[in-house]
Amino acid sequence: MDVLLLSRLQFAFTIMFHYLFPPLTIGLGIVLVFLEGRYLWTKEIIYEQAARFWTKIFGLNFALGVATGIVMEFEFGTNWAAYSRYVGDVFGSALAAEGIFAFFLESGFLGLLLFGWDRVGPKMHFFATLMVAIGGIFSSVWITIANSWQQTPVGHEIRDYVVNGKVYQRAEIVDFWAMVFNPSTMDRLIHVWLGAFILGAFFVMSISAWYLLKGRHLEFAKRSFTGGLLLATVSSLAQLLSGHSNARMVSEYQPAKLAAMEGIYETENSTGLYILGWPDDESETVKYGIEVPGMLSFLVHDDFKTPVPGFDQLEETWGRPPVWITFQAYHLMIGIGMTFIGSTLLACWLWWRGTLFDQRWLLWYFVFAVILAFVANEAGWVAAEVGRQPWIVYPSLVNGELTGGLRTSAGLSEAVRAEQVLGSIIFFGLIYFLLFVLWVTLLHQKISHGPEIDEVDENDEYPSMKKAFE
Amino acid sequence: MDWQLLWFVLLGILLAGYAILDGFDFGVGMLHPFAKGDEERRIVLNSIGPLWDGNEVWLVTFGGALFAAFPEAYATIFSGYYEALMLVLGCLIFRAISIEFRSKRPEAWWRSTWDSLFFMSSLTISFAFGLAVGSALIGIPLDDRGIFRGSILDQIGIYQILVGLLSVSMFLMHGAIFLVFKTRDDLQQRMIRWTRRGFVAFLTMYLVVTTATWLWIPRAVATFEHFPYAWIVVVLKFLAVANIPRCLKNHNYLQAFFSSCCVIAALVFLLGVALFPNLVTSSPVSENSLTIYHAASSEMTLKIMSLYALIGMPFVLGYTFMAYRTFRGAVKLDKHSY
Repeated sequence: MDVLLLSRLQFAFTIMFHYLFPPLTIGLGIVLVFLEGRYLWTKEIIYEQAARFWTKIFGLNFALGVATGIVMEFEFGTNWAAYSRYVGDVFGSALAAEGIFAFFLESGFLGLLLFGWDRVGPKMHFFATLMVAIGGIFSSVWITIANSWQQTPVGHEIRDYVVNGKVYQRAEIVDFWAMVFNPSTMDRLIHVWLGAFILGAFFVMSISAWYLLKGRHLEFAKRSFTGGLLLATVSSLAQLLSGHSNARMVSEYQPAKLAAMEGIYETENSTGLYILGWPDDESETVKYGIEVPGMLSFLVHDDFKTPVPGFDQLEETWGRPPVWITFQAYHLMIGIGMTFIGSTLLACWLWWRGTLFDQRWLLWYFVFAVILAFVANEAGWVAAEVGRQPWIVYPSLVNGELTGGLRTSAGLSEAVRAEQVLGSIIFFGLIYFLLFVLWVTLLHQKISHGPEIDEVDENDEYPSMKKAFE
Repeated sequence: MDWQLLWFVLLGILLAGYAILDGFDFGVGMLHPFAKGDEERRIVLNSIGPLWDGNEVWLVTFGGALFAAFPEAYATIFSGYYEALMLVLGCLIFRAISIEFRSKRPEAWWRSTWDSLFFMSSLTISFAFGLAVGSALIGIPLDDRGIFRGSILDQIGIYQILVGLLSVSMFLMHGAIFLVFKTRDDLQQRMIRWTRRGFVAFLTMYLVVTTATWLWIPRAVATFEHFPYAWIVVVLKFLAVANIPRCLKNHNYLQAFFSSCCVIAALVFLLGVALFPNLVTSSPVSENSLTIYHAASSEMTLKIMSLYALIGMPFVLGYTFMAYRTFRGAVKLDKHSY
């Protein structure tokens, strides 16, 4: 196998594993801030107990996010050295900002969050929780800026520079704020955040629904579930708008990515939207497609008759990403998103009617829906990153000519050989398999153990007195 | 001072911060097997429990800053030291998760497995960082593009191994002094004995490596002609090293810890002096070395990053101070501990 394919596989594998954790900790961070805030406000002990429980789960996920995140930072240099030389001036500065403005904040207060319960007062603890949550959000800001710059690069110039008397080219920053607020940053950032909120909310609902089904920690589970439900409903609806805005942005700046997402091989007068399908590169058609005629034209151009360009017009200039993967990942993400809108609205309606917690089938759905939320986050990443191939830094079209891009194949490390990469894939494969098993096992254990709440709390008139005598 | 030199210095500060802070984490990991029974082991583990993650961020930020300020050096070093870095990554992962996972189940086999992984990864990383420093001083074969052209065998030799042992002994001493603050009674007495053993090991390796550097790497000393005031640091470093046994004898561990921090900082400083103006030294063809001027980003980026540092560093020091203050003193185990 060749170094390029192996390095791409290695990157995809390690980042997809890493990306299980950051959205979850961002989402859970919001939940923690909410719970502790409620506790400070209402002084109801149940919120503190809930916060303590979710903090333990947060800690486990956070540790795995940190451990697998360092790998990502290293891989830019180990496997993509030519890319690093080309973009270091721009991409590197965003990455360094993540370190200094986000990671230090998160980790500085993490100790307090996890171990500080009995050492600092509730206000200070709330502050620490808030700082950790903000740190997570800052981190997503900078990493999304860095990634978005690769997708829609602006604010830089391609300039010559000299190493040992020879001239090479690289991207250099000329306008910092233009780089930060490049055309895709805000759209993508909001999309990432909402994805994280949805995941965090579904995670909380999953565990709460399970307690409800098992008849355990009922008061805790009901409050957690409804809080999660509100966050999930609002975020899912907002995600629809955000997704639409994203698709328009992609159609403008990365037309070949949109063509791959929607499987547009040939430009037609009016472009339909596939609900499902099986893109086939050989026949250049989408087989077994279920299509809404003219819908994509409408979504992109507010008009059913304006064509969205296909590969027949785009490929020569922009190249063609792997269509099948991009198409399926994109449709999977959207399909799950739609399911979430339907199911959360239904649950809200039932909650309003007061019968939500009697619907066992719906609670079982929510127990497992968190897996869909993970899948949707991952699929979104796949659609975004596979869809930009063959470019590692997307070019822009100036006066009909592509400028400034870098092909993925040109970003590789020259010093690295295939067997080294293969070795590292096996190495990380083993470690990550172990981590995955441990993660699931320990989560299961923590969930089985449940929050530290006296089961009789709800009927006990003097819970605090009972506590005092313990 | 130009921007490139400023960032060379700032990277040195990040590296020194990392070595001082995560250094005692490694030492704690290496001393962990000498704690007896589950309670003592938990005490040792929890001495760094709330702190290790923040300490590791210094490395992450060092990596990010190297990428941004000197992308050529970042690309060359990271792709050149492929196997070594994968090993380091594996150790960082195992160290992190052994801290996190150990307490999660009560079975003896579970805990002893994570205990040994914690020890092994701490030891391996300490050694690997030393190897890397040794290799940076000796140099690796680069071509005229600054790309590593060699194999892993070009990165390992007697000198590198000696520096690796120096690094192990230094972190062992540093960690032992740290643990004296964090433990009580019998365990503390044992750690006090380890501070002395650690110092003896460190002193031995320090003298060996200093002599070896003097003999084998003339360019490491040559820079002193450009920076005669760097001799002041050499003198201060000798004083700091000499101060450690004095403090250990008087049971003044705070000063001993401060001295060992100074020793680590001074060694990082001298590493910088020895490398300057190179970031990556090429050997045998020294003209291919990547200097801080070849390898740097544009001045615009360096200026932006300086602004980051100016805004960010006071906060960082604030968080760090606060975290260490909150968790000061001997470890008391409670239900939130690992």
